[in-house]
Amino acid sequence: MLRNAAGIGAAVGAYGISFGAVAVAAGLSVPQACALSALAFTGASQFAFVGVVAAGGSPLAGVATALLLGSRNTLYGLRLSRLLNVRGARRLLAAHVVIDETTAMAVARTSPAESRLAFWATAASVFSLWNLATLLGAAGARAVGDPRALGLDAAVPAAFLGLLWPRLAAGGGSRAVAVAGAAVAVLTSLILPAGVPVLLAALVAIRLRERT
Amino acid sequence: MIWLGVLLTSAGCYLLKLVGLSVPAHVLERPAVRRTAELLPVALLAALVGVGTLVTGSHLRIDARAAGVGAAAVALLLRAPFLVVILTAVVVAAGLRLV
Repeated sequence: MLRNAAGIGAAVGAYGISFGAVAVAAGLSVPQACALSALAFTGASQFAFVGVVAAGGSPLAGVATALLLGSRNTLYGLRLSRLLNVRGARRLLAAHVVIDETTAMAVARTSPAESRLAFWATAASVFSLWNLATLLGAAGARAVGDPRALGLDAAVPAAFLGLLWPRLAAGGGSRAVAVAGAAVAVLTSLILPAGVPVLLAALVAIRLRERT
Repeated sequence: MIWLGVLLTSAGCYLLKLVGLSVPAHVLERPAVRRTAELLPVALLAALVGVGTLVTGSHLRIDARAAGVGAAAVALLLRAPFLVVILTAVVVAAGLRLV
């Protein structure tokens, strides 16, 4: 289990380097990229914030997109609260590390004691590597200069594609929602200010939910 | 303004996590809520892919960036790891701009 936690940490390291580089390419400073990784600590939402800013959207539209994506962590918390049984200050600490990876590792265990160990071990591994990797990626991208000449503007949508890919395999109408979401966002981008079209795509998920 | 966004994102994401650990499970555990929570990331990520690939300002533009994302999709089809997918996009986009 501890080896699994370390393995997940290594994969997260690669992902964190990408985040740091993409954040700097989007116009964030190195401290801003690092602050997001330490304080927000939820990859997809962080990518969403910098993605909206990179597209020229207002930071507040970026916040809204990030929070919509972050709402899935609320459901993870619901599943984890029975397993972890944390109170007081420990709950405040545990909440910070309720993310995809820690939830997946904790719910895969058979006993509550093992779940708790898996949760905290994964949290420690992912948190340390995610923040270290963000710093390396951000500082590296800062050092190499013009992000567009280096193709870093393609890294942002490629990262989103990488995050989206496993969700498409899940079925249950997810491909139809993806196609509709992308189409709505691209077409409305021609007439609406940057950042707003991505939020409109959220409505697609809510509308199509009833039919699939 | 970016700092404000960074701090609001951080505070909001933390509260979303804390609410999940703190409210009784039955409050949010309804099929409609669960379904929306599954599909919301799909719609948002797809929208971010579409806009990030094809839109510049308020115009559609198919350029080296779109080619890079296309190459990333091929890498994903070949089950490449995340960092390889990103590097593929970066190398293809940068390479096309050189020629």
